[in-house]
Parts: sequence; structure tokens; C-alpha cells
Amino acid sequence: MRKQRHHRVLPGFGLTFGFTAVYISLLVLLPLSLLVLRTTSLSWSEFIKIVTAPQVVASYKLTLGASFLAAVINAVFGFIVAWSLVRYKFPCRRFIDAIVDLPFAMPTAVSGIALTAVCAPNGWVGSVASSFGVKIAYTQLGVLVALIFIGLPFVVRTLQPTLEDIDKEVEEAAESLGATRFQIFTRIILPSVLPSLATGFTLAFARAIGEYGSVVFISGNISYRTEITPLLIVAKLEAFDYAGATAVSVVLLCASFILMLIINSLQFYGRRFK
Amino acid sequence: MPKKTVPIIFIFLTFFYLGLFLLLPLAAIFAEAFRKGFEVYVNSFKDEYAWSAIKLTLLTAGIAVPLNVVFGVAAAWCITKFEFRGKNVLITLIDLPFAISPIVAGLIFVLIFGQQTAFGAWLLSHNIKIIFAVPGLVLATIFVTFPFVVRELIPLMQEQGKTEEEAAVSLGAGGWDIFWRVTLPNIKWGLLYGVILCNARAMGEFGAVSVVSGHIRGETNTIPLYIQTVYDGYSAGSSAFAMATLLASLALVTLVVKSIIEWKVKHRER
Repeated sequence: MRKQRHHRVLPGFGLTFGFTAVYISLLVLLPLSLLVLRTTSLSWSEFIKIVTAPQVVASYKLTLGASFLAAVINAVFGFIVAWSLVRYKFPCRRFIDAIVDLPFAMPTAVSGIALTAVCAPNGWVGSVASSFGVKIAYTQLGVLVALIFIGLPFVVRTLQPTLEDIDKEVEEAAESLGATRFQIFTRIILPSVLPSLATGFTLAFARAIGEYGSVVFISGNISYRTEITPLLIVAKLEAFDYAGATAVSVVLLCASFILMLIINSLQFYGRRFK
Repeated sequence: MPKKTVPIIFIFLTFFYLGLFLLLPLAAIFAEAFRKGFEVYVNSFKDEYAWSAIKLTLLTAGIAVPLNVVFGVAAAWCITKFEFRGKNVLITLIDLPFAISPIVAGLIFVLIFGQQTAFGAWLLSHNIKIIFAVPGLVLATIFVTFPFVVRELIPLMQEQGKTEEEAAVSLGAGGWDIFWRVTLPNIKWGLLYGVILCNARAMGEFGAVSVVSGHIRGETNTIPLYIQTVYDGYSAGSSAFAMATLLASLALVTLVVKSIIEWKVKHRER
């Protein structure tokens, strides 16, 4: 391999790189390495005992299960919303397009109390649901609702550009050759949007795993039943159990890193096969 | 199935899904805030703790956002104008706060500066309080909001390339001249959007801030934390929603500005 040496034409590399590196090191690298370092003060068996305690495991199951289900629902409806926004003209389309980003812009605590107000037994949706004998707020269903809300924009926003890029002529050609609509969907559209769909799904999933603000209000925070992992960390902190909080945080952090790696490789895959 | 059926079903489902999950909660905030009448709504803001929460939120965002703007511009310049080893690592590090749970983000600062650590105890003996005080709130806010400006700028500056800047160099312009006269006018809309997003998140951050705050009324309660305190108190649920209308309006303004900027960029291209 030949080593290339570029002469830098533009000024400012030293200044901007130095500033960026210092900022990132102080703000991200140092604190995160301290977090990992802190867990090493626990022995391996202590660490395992903390992170596999029944209450903690129950919180993983709820967090992973609800996040996964929310991401699946968002993948299905996100596709429908993105498809409608890209392919169809209808009244309020611009408004609908803009409002999709609401969960990004809205503070999570505000989303949390708003969703609770809607889903509580005397709320607009909650009262309808309770007449069918379904409780939403303060149950696992409530956790799911909050996670659907905060994950909603991801699939729509990753799918939109891909759908805009699809050449309509290919579909028309397929149709003229006698393909059914189902065949067009499964053979042409789905393969070309699959990388973006997977990226959006994983982004929504990753966001949901760490979510706190929108869930605490609606979940009711019942141990073993509606307690998500981030909330468990807060509970441990409030009890001054720093070692426990750190250990569970490391598990949560590992889950986030794995998902981040998956997202990066999906985006790489998506770009390569464009 | 007639040809028009699929579009109608899709559009119906779009309205149904977004209406149920986005518009209904949004409407609920305002309905709850005004449930007991306009006067009660206005009175919610006369509480002295409400005022101190608003002031603290403005202060935190006022420190965090400018710092992150400077960082965002510097990092985006460094990443898009130069080739260097470890660039992808740097980009990954910049993305980290998006991936990390806000609770973990708050926790890392408690682990550094908390009273239970040697460093925290030393700071406290010198009368420097970081956790359960304003500096901790600012640090946590900076952490969770720093990717916003960079993330907006990188794709934009990558697309624009560096030919204009290189032309300016060949004509003898200095570094700052290039930035102020060539780069900044090109990126101003993206930068503005990044700043607005960063600000919305800084003012609305809840998880990370709640870990480091200690929820001291009148001292370390930002607006979102104040909302939680009042909401959990049940005595004046409507005033929690009244404060929430402030942040919800900020979110709506953010969305409007975003749409305007997107529209502007689209129409300038043509």
C-alpha cells in the first residue's frame, strides 16, 4: 500500500481537531471509561449476582420485549406512513409530514404526562379501552404505548428518502409484464427498502431501550411488572446503591453499543448496494 | 380490488396512526392545562418555584447551546475539510450520546463528581458543588445535546465540498475570513436548524438532568423536573400541564422552523 501524504490546503486543522478531541475526551471518553472502571471494583461474581437478580432480569425482559414490539409496530405503520407521504397526494400532507417529528422535538417528560392523560382510565382513549375491560396506563401496555410514541419518527424518516429514490418505471414495467401487486411489493419494493427499514427498526429499538422520561409517568413503576431497566437504575441510585446502578448501567450500555454496531453495518450495507 | 382502494386504506391508516399517537397527546396537554379555566392556567406561572424553574432552564440552555455550537462548527470543519486517520472513530464518538440512555449519561457524572467519590469529596471540601447543583445540570445537558449541531452540519458541508474555500485560499484569504465570508453563509440554514434542535432538547432534557439534579425546589429544578414534581404531587395537576404547554409550544415552533428551512433549501436549489 502506498502511503499518501496530502498537503492540507485549508487552514484550521490543528485548532478544530484539537478542540474537538479535547471536548470529546473530557465529555465522553473520560466519563465512560470511569463508568467501566468503576465496575471493576466489583468482583466478577458480585457483578453477575447484581445483573442477574430476579428484579433486574424482569426489567430486561420488559424493556427488550416492549422495545422490540414497539419497533415492529413502528416498522409496519412507519412503512404505511412513509409510503403515503411519498406516493400519494392528500389534504394536510405537508402538515402530516411535519408532525411526524413531534416525538423528536417534544421533551420526554411532556410526552410522558400527555400520554398518561390520554391513556388513564378517565382519559380520552383510556375510558374507551376500560369500557372493553382493557387497562393501558400503569400496565405493561402503557410502557408499549410510550415506546411506540418515541420510536415513531425513525422508520418514517429513514424510509422516506429510499422510497423517493425508487424508480417508478420498474414497477410499471413489472405491471406491464403481468406482475400482480403482491408480486411487485415482495419482489421489487421490499428488497430495495429492506436496508432502510432494518435501519429504522434498529434505531427505534435502540432509542426505546434507553428511554426514561416518557415511560416513567405511564408505567406506574411497579417492580417486576412495569419497571423498565433505566428506571431500575434510578431506583438503585436513589437508594445510594452506586455499585448496583453502575453494574446495571454497564449492561444497558453494552446493549446500546451492540445495537449501534448493527446500525452502522446496516447503513454501510445500504450504501454499498444502492 | 379496485385501484383506488390501496391509497385510501393507506392514507386512512396514516391519519389514524398519527392522530392517535401524536395529535391526541398533543391536544391533551392543552386540554388538561385549561381544564380549570384560563385564570388557573395563568396562576400556574405565578408560583415562585415555577419562575425559578423557567430561569434555571434558560440559564442551562444559555450555557450549553453556545458551547455546543462552537464545538459543532469546529468538529464539522475538522471532519469535512480534512482527511485524517481515526475519522470514523471520531464520528462514532460524536454519535454516542444518541445511543446512550439519558439515565446512563446522568450516572457517569454522578460517578465522577458525586460526594461518594474521592474527587467529589475533595471538591466539596473546597466548596465546589457539581452534583445536585447547577454545574451538574449544565454538564449533563451539554452531554446529551452536543451531537445535534455537528450532525446537521456534517452532511451539509460534505455535500458542499471544499472548492469554494480552496478558491478563497488561493486568492489569499485567511482562515477566519474564509469561515465568516465563505463557509458560514453556505451553512447558515443548517446551522440554525441544528441550534434550534439542540436548544429544544437542552430545554426539555429530563432523564440525564433528573439523575444529577436532586430535585431541589427553587434551586435545581428545571422546567421538565418541575413538571414531574408538581405532577407527582397531584395537588395541582393542571399547573404541571400549564408548564408543559410552554415546552410543547417550543416543540411546535421547532417543527415549524424546520419546515420553513426545508422549504427554503428546496426552493433555493431550483
